[in-house]
Amino acid sequence: MSNSVRFLLNGLTEVAAEAPPDLSVLQWLRTHCRLTGTKEGCAEGDCGACTIVLADAHEGALSWRAANACILMMGQVHGKLLVTVEGLADGALLHPVQAAMVERHASQCGFCTPGFVMSLFAAYRQGEAPETEAIHDALAGNLCRCTGYRPIVDAARDALPSGGIDRFTPMEPAIVASLHAINNAGALDCVTKHGRFTAPRTRADLARELAANPEARIISGGTDLALDITKRHQRLPHLISLVSVPELRRIEVSDIEIIAGAAATYAELLPHLAMLDPSFEVLLRRLGSRQIRSLGTIGGNLANASPIGDTPPALLALGAFVRLESAAGSRELGLDDFFTGYRRTALQPGEFIESVRIPKPAHGALFRVDKISRRFDQDISAVCGAIAFSLRDGLIHAPRIAFGGMAATPLRARHAEAALVETQSFERAADALAQDFQPLSDFRASAGYRLQTAQNLFERWRLIAAEART
Amino acid sequence: MSELDIVGRSHAHDSARQHVTGAAIYLDDMAETSDCLHAAIVKSPHAHARIVRIDAARALAQEGVIAFVSAADIPGMNEVGPAQHGEPALAQEIADYVGCPIGAIIAASHEAARRAADLVDVTWEPLPALLSLDEALAAQGYVCPPQHLVFGDAQGALASARHNLKGSLEIGGQDHFYLETNIAMAIPQEGRQWHIWTSTQHPTEVQKHVAMVLGVPQAAVTAEVRRMGGGFGGKESQPTIIAAIAAICSHKTQRPVKLRLDRDDDMIITGKRHDFRADWEVGFDESGAINGLRMQLAARGGNVADLTGAVVTRALCHVSNCYFIPNADLLGLSLKTNTVSKTAFRGFGGPQGMLAGEAVIDAIARHLQLDRDVVRARNYLSPERGLATPYEQIVRDMIGAELMEKLSKDADLEARRAQIAAFNASSTHIKSALATAPVMFGISFNMPSLNQGGALVHVYTDGSIQANHGGTEMGQGLYTKVAQVVAETFGVPMDFVTPTSTRTDKVPNTSATAASSGSDLNGAAARRAALEIRERMGEVAAALWGVDAQTIAFRNGLVSSGNHAMSFGDLARTCWLKRVSLSAAGFYATPKIHWDAKTLKGHPFFYFAYGAAASEVEIDGLTGETRCLRTDVIHDCGASLNPAIDMGQIEGGFVQGMGWLTMEELWWDDQGRLRTHAPSTYKIPGSRDVPADFRVHILEGAPNREDTIFRSKAVGEPPLMLAMSVWLAIRDAVSAFASGASTQIALDAPATPERILRAIKTLREPLDQPRETRD
Repeated sequence: MSNSVRFLLNGLTEVAAEAPPDLSVLQWLRTHCRLTGTKEGCAEGDCGACTIVLADAHEGALSWRAANACILMMGQVHGKLLVTVEGLADGALLHPVQAAMVERHASQCGFCTPGFVMSLFAAYRQGEAPETEAIHDALAGNLCRCTGYRPIVDAARDALPSGGIDRFTPMEPAIVASLHAINNAGALDCVTKHGRFTAPRTRADLARELAANPEARIISGGTDLALDITKRHQRLPHLISLVSVPELRRIEVSDIEIIAGAAATYAELLPHLAMLDPSFEVLLRRLGSRQIRSLGTIGGNLANASPIGDTPPALLALGAFVRLESAAGSRELGLDDFFTGYRRTALQPGEFIESVRIPKPAHGALFRVDKISRRFDQDISAVCGAIAFSLRDGLIHAPRIAFGGMAATPLRARHAEAALVETQSFERAADALAQDFQPLSDFRASAGYRLQTAQNLFERWRLIAAEART
Repeated sequence: MSELDIVGRSHAHDSARQHVTGAAIYLDDMAETSDCLHAAIVKSPHAHARIVRIDAARALAQEGVIAFVSAADIPGMNEVGPAQHGEPALAQEIADYVGCPIGAIIAASHEAARRAADLVDVTWEPLPALLSLDEALAAQGYVCPPQHLVFGDAQGALASARHNLKGSLEIGGQDHFYLETNIAMAIPQEGRQWHIWTSTQHPTEVQKHVAMVLGVPQAAVTAEVRRMGGGFGGKESQPTIIAAIAAICSHKTQRPVKLRLDRDDDMIITGKRHDFRADWEVGFDESGAINGLRMQLAARGGNVADLTGAVVTRALCHVSNCYFIPNADLLGLSLKTNTVSKTAFRGFGGPQGMLAGEAVIDAIARHLQLDRDVVRARNYLSPERGLATPYEQIVRDMIGAELMEKLSKDADLEARRAQIAAFNASSTHIKSALATAPVMFGISFNMPSLNQGGALVHVYTDGSIQANHGGTEMGQGLYTKVAQVVAETFGVPMDFVTPTSTRTDKVPNTSATAASSGSDLNGAAARRAALEIRERMGEVAAALWGVDAQTIAFRNGLVSSGNHAMSFGDLARTCWLKRVSLSAAGFYATPKIHWDAKTLKGHPFFYFAYGAAASEVEIDGLTGETRCLRTDVIHDCGASLNPAIDMGQIEGGFVQGMGWLTMEELWWDDQGRLRTHAPSTYKIPGSRDVPADFRVHILEGAPNREDTIFRSKAVGEPPLMLAMSVWLAIRDAVSAFASGASTQIALDAPATPERILRAIKTLREPLDQPRETRD
């Protein structure tokens, strides 16, 4: 058992912090450590000025990822290496990504710059190739208001081929050993006068903790939960984390289905879900940013039950199931039955999502998901629509159509499905959609726009079906 | 001009190394003294309401909370208006927008203050609120008087024109979204003196209003800023409010107080770019030449005047862009609403005026079924057609038409248009288009008195130099450019020169670093200060060597004449030994300018900066989504002081303009609450939104015709308007969905996916605007 948050900071320096559960890494860095290179730009994980890099020890090696320190709670860095912008240079020698940023005149006001440097550092450590689309993926979670990005993209092109060697390279074995030592010390249970952060290691412990502490909040990636702290100014005195339970991180792929533990991150799932259809890959690449995808989990996306979550329409169309577990046992529910109302689910007190089971489309079946948002990257959908169907003798069979952004929950479009089967016409199905949904108008889109674009997606899908028939 | 060693080269930003290592210190990064307190603003939840009672008891009972302040705690005047009086730091009786500061909580930590601010109980008496531009137009309430610019006889010209068209255009506002939110730290000193650390483009304004609010002389207040994390105009008048509130808190507690707004508070409380509505009528002939234009430009000013009057003036001055309008009747309205104040933002009304003008050109082109560039060519300012602007400045440096021609060739527009037409003919749901835009932007503050700059240069006995001036660094590279000017003048390498923070006790009575004027004013002032010292040093060297002072050369860190030479540092030390001053203040006032604010006539601009852009876009007719595929730009920087820095201004300005015209939307609900107040809801461009193929060129061999600092031109604002090319290309792509002949397009700004889809839908339905009013 570890009763303080222990991690490595910028190398081999081990830190043990008695941190309240709702203390963000950003606050800790800036206020407690006076490491002020990491900035607050938005406190909601959307601007990237607070980007830091985390490394985990996995099978003797380090895996690196960028994350938003503003919505990352201290308990979440337990057992990891935390790298901040101050940790990159080797004395007076700039890190290759820093040197490239200077060389390319890629900073103006400089406030976003540490965040960009850290996103590029993560890409550098991951051995990212200097290709345009990959660079944009790496930078999609960082906003710059001054430069217009061109010089930053050029800096990425210059720095990324240099091949992942830097001042951390010689330290890696020692870092791995230190992280193993911390993690071998047992589960984290950090109790302070401002509350408690617990990260059980087994499903049984997790179920027991939840049963004993029904008032505690479950934290997985925390990318949405943290907004209660940063935006709604709440204190969260007790957080119980899912991510240290190995089974909850599992991803099992068979011929017929993918089973994802609730705490599998979007980043971990991306290559597997991408196999279902290229459009699923595009959707996931547009979900948040790398910083968000490295922490956010599929279970969190479902439990959050936002009407505009990005994976639910796709999972509804694919006919996914969720397994719910508690100290009392476990049960499986169709995702249709899981969402019970606006930000409400079938989860009972003490219950957690154990896994999501995603049936693969049968051979010859078609699946497609489309996200419509104002900005391509890192924007919340105005409308997200997904369809799965098979063709039998050229006829559309058993379509499942689901939308987000159209109702209080992500929802199947039953009238449209029925019309599609009956008339075999995507145009008629689109007309029937008006019976399924009466969307709301808000700052993302008007009701009229939502309905019209949702209907227009049927034209895209018609073209896909037509192509499949030929 | 002799060859330059330092000026004109792409030196890195003076803080580049600190930026990339996290070592650049912004205000919130400064070490706080152990007694430093933190404040959070208590905001009005109502658009318009009377404050009946404030009860802070619940908040004060929280752990770590020290005090609450309201208007009653202000020792001096409750006044922060930058242009006119009547703009309180803290609302006294009436709160007049959602977010209006009515008080502040002071606590031991930022978090404690913020949580407690939510617990201040206020009893409100809601009052009727004016929210929208249309409501405000109907109510005819103004934050400052209407402005009427009349040139020739528009009425007569419209009556006699062969063609007349009427139309209207709504142009959205914009949040600055500087990455560093507003922040100030007030530190009490001895003897009623105050030191104010502030993130501001206008330290003098902060100094002046903190003095006013605290009831002390200006001389008792020093305002200081080393750098801002972005400004864009959003830190011209707004930081004054934040600094004043911090000072009130500091006065109350007699301890240092830091006030940092979080993103949501910053967006809700502080001012933005004006949204405008342009209603126009134009008369023109068969060729597209404009005879007369009547336009009403109505700006939503928000709750107070702020800088709205001057913004509307600049809007009126830019409707004509680079065109000659023989008869113009332009009415500018500064409407009062119960929404957050509208303030300076890169371009300062110019972009809105210019966009309205381009919408007129666009409507004429569509009506006559002519290429927009053909219509433009018929209207450019020229000796044949006319060189006067509606405000009667004669334009002697017009190169807009030349730039457009060069762009057309360099970017191969003709061939690409043919390819696009072929693509569109074979594509059902995706349509592409290519459009251009010229930009002519007047350089100087419209108000002549603001066009002055000061600098203070010190040479030390080791030859190192401190360069200080009244301009502020917000990322635009001003400190670097001024350092180049100083290094060039002394003939020393750049690393001899250390830029230091901008503070009102070094250079007093400064203008805002705004109106793109930073390097023009401060560069020239620093040059004068440096020349004065150089002259003194030269005389010392001349006396030492017994040569004529005219023969002394300063170059490469050496001072020489014939066979004599010594290092710059040695000469500095020699000067000190000989008791010659190595310090000088420089002052510069822009020549030639004058302006009559009543008639809106004069010669407000020392010169104009020009640019031309061509953008190719693609839109999806099923969703209204857009992509900008390629943009070509040629921009005029005169003789650039620093091409890399100017390139950054051009590219950054363009992308910011593109955000304004395509995706950034301020959305208020029916209660007057801004609902897009953080990056999760307010979308600025990301790296993938930048044109995939972005080719920006600085115009070569075109030094400023006016005698500016090393013949450079201002570059901060003008490039923003190049993004009009994207907006116009979207209009063209929309019209590619029309089945028949080209038609008018009903598309306001920003051209969001939703507006684009609506515009495509409108193509298939009867149009009502712009419409022919005669024939």
